[in-house]
Amino acid sequence: MAELSQQTLWMLAVRDKRDRQAFSAMFDHFAPRLKGMIMRSGIAAHQAEEIVQDVMLTVWRKASMFDPHRAQVSAWIYQIARNRQIDMVRKERRPEPEDLIEDPGAELDASQILALEQEATELKNALSRLSGEQREMIEKAYLGELTHQEISTQTGLPLGTIKSRIRLGLERLRHELKGIR
Amino acid sequence: MSAITHHTPDAMLAAYAAGSLPQPFALVVASHVSLCVHCRVALEAHHSAGGAVLETVDQVAVSGNLKAYLLARLDTPFTPQPVVKRSGIFPGPVMEAMKGRAPRWKALGAGVRQDILMASNAGSVRLLYIPAGQAVPDHSHGGLELTLVLQGSFTDETGAFGIGDLEVADEDLDHTPVAGPGEACICLAATDAPLRFNSLIPRLLQPLFRI
Repeated sequence: MAELSQQTLWMLAVRDKRDRQAFSAMFDHFAPRLKGMIMRSGIAAHQAEEIVQDVMLTVWRKASMFDPHRAQVSAWIYQIARNRQIDMVRKERRPEPEDLIEDPGAELDASQILALEQEATELKNALSRLSGEQREMIEKAYLGELTHQEISTQTGLPLGTIKSRIRLGLERLRHELKGIR
Repeated sequence: MSAITHHTPDAMLAAYAAGSLPQPFALVVASHVSLCVHCRVALEAHHSAGGAVLETVDQVAVSGNLKAYLLARLDTPFTPQPVVKRSGIFPGPVMEAMKGRAPRWKALGAGVRQDILMASNAGSVRLLYIPAGQAVPDHSHGGLELTLVLQGSFTDETGAFGIGDLEVADEDLDHTPVAGPGEACICLAATDAPLRFNSLIPRLLQPLFRI
C-alpha cells in the first residue's frame, strides 16, 4: 500500500491505530489551510483557531467514519469544517444526511482508493489551471460565499469522472443501501 | 418501487456542501440525499471539489501553542451526539427535526394535515399529509418551495412525483398538486417565504394555520 498518498496513510493510521504522530503530521498540513479557509468567511483569527481546533478534534473523534473508498482526506475534512463552522458561528445544527457505515470487517481495496485519489488530484490540477476569475468563483462557491442561485450549474470543474469513482466506492456499501434508491 | 427521477439541482447540492443553503432547504436536501444514491454521489463529488479548494487556499499560520493544546485534549472523554435513525417513512434528518418523535399532525380541513418542524425568518419546513386524490389549494410562492415525497405520490402541472422525488417550485410556478390514488401523500415541504394561496378563503386562513 506504499503507493497510497501520505494523507491517506496518515488518516488510516489515525483511524486504525489511533496514531498521534500521524495526527500531528495531519495537523501541520491541514491547520493552516483550515485557518485560511475559515478566515476567508470574515471570521477573526482567534475564533478561526477555535474552529480549527474543533475540526481537528472531530477528525480524531470521528476517524472511524472515514472511508477512503468514497472520499479523499481533504474532502472529508472539508465537510467536517463546513459543518463545524456553521454549528459554531451560526449556533444552529446543520441537518446532515444519514451516515453510511462501512462493514467493519471489509478489507481495504487499494486500487479503488488509489483511483479515487488520482481523480481528486486531477480535480486539484483542474482548479489550478482555471483562469483567475473562474477560480475565484469556485472558491467563493465552496467557501459558502455564494447563494445557490448565484452558483451556476456549470461550476467549471469536471466532477463527472470523480462521480463515477465515488459511485464505485458507494457500491461497497450495497448492503447498507438496500432501503435506498 | 419506482426509481427517483426528480433530483436535487446541482447548484443546490454545492450550496448545501458549502453551508450557504438556508436551513429549511438544507433539511430537505439532507433528507433527499438520505434516500437518493444519485444525489449522495453528487454531494460527495462537491466535497471533493471543496477538498481541492481547501488544499489550494491561501494558508494562514496558526499560533505556536495550538497543536500542543489540541494534542492534550485528545484524551478528554466526550459523549458522541446521539444519531437519530430513520423511522418508517421518515429519513434520519426528519426524525432529528422531530426530536425522535412521531409527527404531531394538526388538521387543516378537507383531511389535509400538517406538522410544522421549523419556522423562522429563513423560512419554514413542515410535513404535509394529503389524502389520496385530494388537491392542495392552488398556490403560488413568494419564494422557492422544495417538496420531497415520503409516502404516496402527487402530480401537478409540471409532472408526477413519487417517493424520494424532489420538486423545486419557484415563484413563477402557479400549481395545484393533487395527491395520487392509493396511500395518502406525505411530503416534507420547505419554503423561504410564506405560501400565497390563490383562492380567497385559504388566503384568509393563512395567518391562522401558518401555511
